[in-house]
Amino acid sequence: MQIKRQTCAVILLSVLALAAPTTTARAEDPPAFPGDKSGTIKIVSSLPRTGSSKGQTDTIVNGIKLALDEAGYKVGDFKIEYEDLDDATATAGAWDAQQETQNANKARDDKDVMVYIGTYNSGASKISMPILNRANILMISPANTAPGLTKPMTGAPNEPECYRPSGKVNYFRVVPTDDIQGPVGAAWAKKLTGKLSKPRSVYVLHDGEVYGEGVAKAFKQECEALKLEVLGYEPIDVKAQEFKALMLKIKAKNPGLIYFGGTSQTKAGQVVKDMVAAGIDVPYMIPDGCFEQAYIDSAGADIANGRSYVTFGGMPISELGKTANGKSFIDAYQKKFGKLPEEAYSAYGYECGKVALEAIRRAGVKNREAMLWHCARIKDYDGVLGKWSFDKNGDTSLQVMSGNTVEGGKFKFAEKLELSDE
Amino acid sequence: MFPVLLASLDTSVLINICINGLVYGFLYALIALGYTMVYGIVELINFAHGDLFMLGTMLVWTFVGVVAVGVAPGSFLAILIILGMLIAVPIFCALLNAGVDVAIYRPLRTAPKLAPLVSAIGVSFVFMNIGQVWGGSQDVNIATLIPDNNLLGADSSINLSGTDVLIMAVTIPVMIMLTLFVKFTSLGRAMRATAQNPVAAQLMGIQVNRVISVTFLIGGSLAGVASVIYALKVHTVNFQMGFQNGLYAFTAVVLGGIGNIPGAVVGSLIVGMVYSLASGYADNLWATAMVFLIMIIILIFRPQGILGARVREKV
Repeated sequence: MQIKRQTCAVILLSVLALAAPTTTARAEDPPAFPGDKSGTIKIVSSLPRTGSSKGQTDTIVNGIKLALDEAGYKVGDFKIEYEDLDDATATAGAWDAQQETQNANKARDDKDVMVYIGTYNSGASKISMPILNRANILMISPANTAPGLTKPMTGAPNEPECYRPSGKVNYFRVVPTDDIQGPVGAAWAKKLTGKLSKPRSVYVLHDGEVYGEGVAKAFKQECEALKLEVLGYEPIDVKAQEFKALMLKIKAKNPGLIYFGGTSQTKAGQVVKDMVAAGIDVPYMIPDGCFEQAYIDSAGADIANGRSYVTFGGMPISELGKTANGKSFIDAYQKKFGKLPEEAYSAYGYECGKVALEAIRRAGVKNREAMLWHCARIKDYDGVLGKWSFDKNGDTSLQVMSGNTVEGGKFKFAEKLELSDE
Repeated sequence: MFPVLLASLDTSVLINICINGLVYGFLYALIALGYTMVYGIVELINFAHGDLFMLGTMLVWTFVGVVAVGVAPGSFLAILIILGMLIAVPIFCALLNAGVDVAIYRPLRTAPKLAPLVSAIGVSFVFMNIGQVWGGSQDVNIATLIPDNNLLGADSSINLSGTDVLIMAVTIPVMIMLTLFVKFTSLGRAMRATAQNPVAAQLMGIQVNRVISVTFLIGGSLAGVASVIYALKVHTVNFQMGFQNGLYAFTAVVLGGIGNIPGAVVGSLIVGMVYSLASGYADNLWATAMVFLIMIIILIFRPQGILGARVREKV
């Protein structure tokens, strides 16, 4: 009974919170938040710094450091400190629930911490979001794409309210979510099967994890809407070492494209290898969790080349360089770290750093609630990723994705993907 | 629904899935033999055996990465490299396996049975960590040395690759040789004697420690052969793969009757076949569960395993 009443209260509060911005006038004056106008403000990040995602998170952390460095680790009279926390353990080789809880608790208990950049894995955010929400800490993720974290009706029935016990939105992200990635991929799949004169059908596999299944489900639904036949939809056993028998089964159904909702860590490379070994010669489409060198390394360049089609939430570094903001980011990154920001999420890390600083600048006082209030009102922000705004859920308004292929063992931008109008 | 049912009754798919199961069955058999021989001699379930196999595959990866850069699949040079690996990798695995026996299991020979067992689990973790340092924590790719194309022609609905043929061409003779060795050579006789009763064997003048070392050498070298074949077939290595493959092999051993050489082969073929059929016709997610379900059912009716002899518990 106790629990039920609490959930009711939470839902009620969140409904009120969601309703609040619409009822207040557009030109609202910021409430007066009490707090110091100088001193030290801490920004922490919680990312998997050990294990298989290290390559990606190294560049994210570099991106954050670059943003802070450009501001001279100062906003107004505030001195900015940054701490790089690890939410992975060496034994797990990936993010760990206990570690993420510890990081969130640490941030909560440190009165100087105003911004928490993270996490990398959507599953980890599910754990830290309620902790940080109760503490009113601004959380900005460079990489979480599970829609349920912010958008109602896209995940479990109690999402996203269950992550917002205070009723306030404290979680923001600069990366488009999977519910866009799936449909965008489906539209691309339809185009591809036509162009390569393959059967107008797809076979959808996923790894059974929050991210992989989420994106695969969205892909499948959009395929059905676009009249692209879905011949099968099933999870794979990510602990298995090979999928040859599964692929032999799929071969008999003769799909025009195989989609795998998963990451390089959940066997995306092995799936495509066994697809080729079973003699299936069709495009292999994968989401941005595979948009890293580790995918090509695990699949082998000769297999990945020419048949991998990767959707990614935003423009790759090469495309980013075509805009003025993007180019100055790449140049600054190269100057500071002596190499190009190769991994996909580095620009998102940088953007998170910039947004954190912007929220602190707008707030002007050392007050966690002020950070939330001001961050939620960032509109038409001219960032490295383009011009975007946060919506009422804390999501970016960016809806453009890139379609990438693999050539010569490297990712290559193929085309700009947008939601199909059909 | 109807076309799906029809497709699942397609005989060419069934044949393909059976070939696949057979090939993996033979692969598991090579690993399983190392388990079963060691158990037969010293009654130790060598949990590190799967990880020994993983380290062998790491060696193949390094070897291919250094020697076989730019070598065309199926060329004479590629075949030469495979032959070289079929000698070098088994030697590496054999020496490693025997070395672990001398350093760790031998001092514990008279200790309670659980002491070497727990040590074997420890060795398994040590191997895994070595593998992680060696190959990193991600899946890494091993370049193709045998072309994947279908020997029966690209249009044939039945798929038989050069790798599949090679696996059988290597595995079957190795198993026959092993059986003949154990049956007919004096060292083989000494092994069987040691397995039956180590004390009596020692009294008969058999150098038991030497026999045990030979057993570890043979078991290790078979794992080495499996490593090469696995690398050619699956093309992937990661530090955790020893666990799953070792588990299947161990299951096969129990299924066939532990300590029994033909039993290990029969058990492995069943495991490979059940896994392949289950993931082809049922669900990939349930395939592993299916393997164990079959094992439990068989063991309920034949607790000693399919070919295992009913032995009275030694006290």
